[in-house]
Amino acid sequence: MDHYYNAKDLARFSEIGEEAGPLWQKFNAWYTAVFAGGALSEREKALIALGVAHAVQCPYCIDAYTESCLENGADTEQMTEAVHVASAIRGGASLVHGVQMRNKAKQLGM
Amino acid sequence: MGRVLPTLQKQHAPLASGAEQRATLATVPLARSFKEALAQSSLYPLRATGVDILQINVGKKCNQTCRHCHVDAGPDRTEMMPRDVMEKCLEVLATTDIPTVDITGGAPELHPDFRELVARSHAIGKHVMDRCNLTILLLPNYSDLPEFFAEHQVEVICSLPHYRAKQTDSQRGEGVFDESIEALHRLNAVGYGKPDSGLVVNLVMNPVGAFLPGNQASLEREWKRELKHRHGIVFNNLYTITNLPISRFLEWLEESDNLEGYMTRLVNAFNPGAAQGVMCRNTLSVGWDGQLYDCDFNQMLELGLAGDGPRSIMDFDIAQIRHREIVVGPHCFACTAGAGSSCGGATVT
Ligand code: SF4
Ligand code: SF4
Repeated sequence: MDHYYNAKDLARFSEIGEEAGPLWQKFNAWYTAVFAGGALSEREKALIALGVAHAVQCPYCIDAYTESCLENGADTEQMTEAVHVASAIRGGASLVHGVQMRNKAKQLGM
Repeated sequence: MGRVLPTLQKQHAPLASGAEQRATLATVPLARSFKEALAQSSLYPLRATGVDILQINVGKKCNQTCRHCHVDAGPDRTEMMPRDVMEKCLEVLATTDIPTVDITGGAPELHPDFRELVARSHAIGKHVMDRCNLTILLLPNYSDLPEFFAEHQVEVICSLPHYRAKQTDSQRGEGVFDESIEALHRLNAVGYGKPDSGLVVNLVMNPVGAFLPGNQASLEREWKRELKHRHGIVFNNLYTITNLPISRFLEWLEESDNLEGYMTRLVNAFNPGAAQGVMCRNTLSVGWDGQLYDCDFNQMLELGLAGDGPRSIMDFDIAQIRHREIVVGPHCFACTAGAGSSCGGATVT
């Protein structure tokens, strides 16, 4: 093991259930239900998942939800916009903390 | 990308031959063979349940050269079903209770006797389906086809991989999307897809790349909403069809280094329910030269019928064909992945 991430490990995800079977089964059932079409379509859910995958910077999720987005009829233009949405929230979330910085600076300053 | 490309045959590419395609597929390491997958689901040997559909491939000529084409069709192909073979197909239809004739190609409409095949099949009470690439309807000598289809109650099955231009053009050629939309307008104009018209137009979507199609019902909802909203187009059903790893799609998989990954994906997604409903079990495929196959894919791989039964429609004998054993190979994993895939879309809902 000379590196942290291996693309082939994604296919071994279920091994995480080997010593915690009931928890894995609960996770799986919930996960499957989350991604089924409901008030949001499967395509919309896949695009949200893709955006979140970028926000949490998980390469496994990026691979999995790139494929899922394509399967569900999203195109790269829509997927790129989803990544921009995630990035904008990340960027905005940092930036909005600037108000905290300014509050603190104001309090400390003369 | 240009609109029309040379076919594999024209390029003298090795993959133009069915044997070479089979040899290439055989080199891909798989966790289990298709026969093993069937056996583990108690489905081996896979047998036909009857013949409900006679699928006639009238030739390989096409006005397009889609990059995923499993026929390696194109303008430079010259194979066309000869008269005697077509007459025999009509005789078989007339003398059996096979209810449906499914006409395919190439662009089947380019066959000089296409209209006669449709009209005579309809006249003897058969349900006729035409696999139409849409752009053909815009060519000068074919622009009256929507009316002709309506007159003969033809079910029109059209290819449209996406409701946006980019992916459609990337798979099917530059400008194909706009022409397809215009063709769909013309079909709608004569009543196709309209409620109570009795005229059915179905769309087929193949993934534009090395991935499986998503949920058919959910994609259909999306396609219907988007095509109506963007273009005012209506249609009946959307069929999702998984790309078979043969011919030009196989060439692309190899070139793009996706072959092993794609095959693994298909094998891992094997669904016994889908295997039970594969289309070869109730379809018989006839090649342009009259040779018989379990499906259009086996036809392109040059895998003829097994057993002692007839090899050509000229020696047709329904009794020997009805419950024949199906000839299978690794390509069959595309029909059994996920929700399954057939000429009528997903096989498991
Ligand atoms: S996929 Fe259909 S339209 Fe495209 S080249 Fe092949 S036969 Fe022609
Ligand atoms: S490829 Fe043909 S023979 Fe194989 S499962 Fe599909 S329809 Fe049947």
